[in-house]
Amino acid sequence: MIESAATFAFACFALAMLMNLWKVVTAPDVADRILALDTMFINAIALMVLYGMALGTEIFFEAAMIIAMLGFVSTVAYARFILRGNIIE
Amino acid sequence: METLFEFLVAAFLVTAGIFGIVGSFGLIKLNDQMSRLHAPTKATTLGVGGVLLASMLHAAAFEKYFSYHELMITLFLFLTAPITANFIAKVHIHRQETRDTMPEAGGDDHWATHDTPEDEERRSAEQTPPAED
Repeated sequence: MIESAATFAFACFALAMLMNLWKVVTAPDVADRILALDTMFINAIALMVLYGMALGTEIFFEAAMIIAMLGFVSTVAYARFILRGNIIE
Repeated sequence: METLFEFLVAAFLVTAGIFGIVGSFGLIKLNDQMSRLHAPTKATTLGVGGVLLASMLHAAAFEKYFSYHELMITLFLFLTAPITANFIAKVHIHRQETRDTMPEAGGDDHWATHDTPEDEERRSAEQTPPAED
């Protein structure tokens, strides 16, 4: 039962990432692009945790944590650059 | 007992997958930019929370170790998602709205996102008391 549920979740998050990629390419404005990139980071975290669960190892959690931090920092840096013209004033 | 845990983990995984796909589908489906902000920041965050809960439960029930890393990731994501949404809304205000299209800003005459350097200088001059001789 867990195998089929995990396969379903894998498929859902992979499809979600493809939709985000589509949005990054066709976004009308830069705010949409930032949002789509941030959502891609979050979906990547979900896929990594799922993969670690499927393999039964713990080592993917550190990678997921680092991706979570990088995603937050890069989103804030991008938004800040659009807002103020530089990142650290 | 095994069956119960199996059922719980599977239910968490399916719920998480549905929330994740709904969040990303909303991102390409909704029409307005500020409506599009809702789908990923809420639904996708909940989807990741479901995956992390399922992973914790799976480790505790089947792999015989308790793992608390997922709680850290969940806490971090739930703390940073509103901040990210706030920044993206500010980018929207900065690029799509003008001072005239925004609603009233309460006691001030405009919203701080629309501040120009002259506004900042004027405000700091108002706040510092004049030097006494």
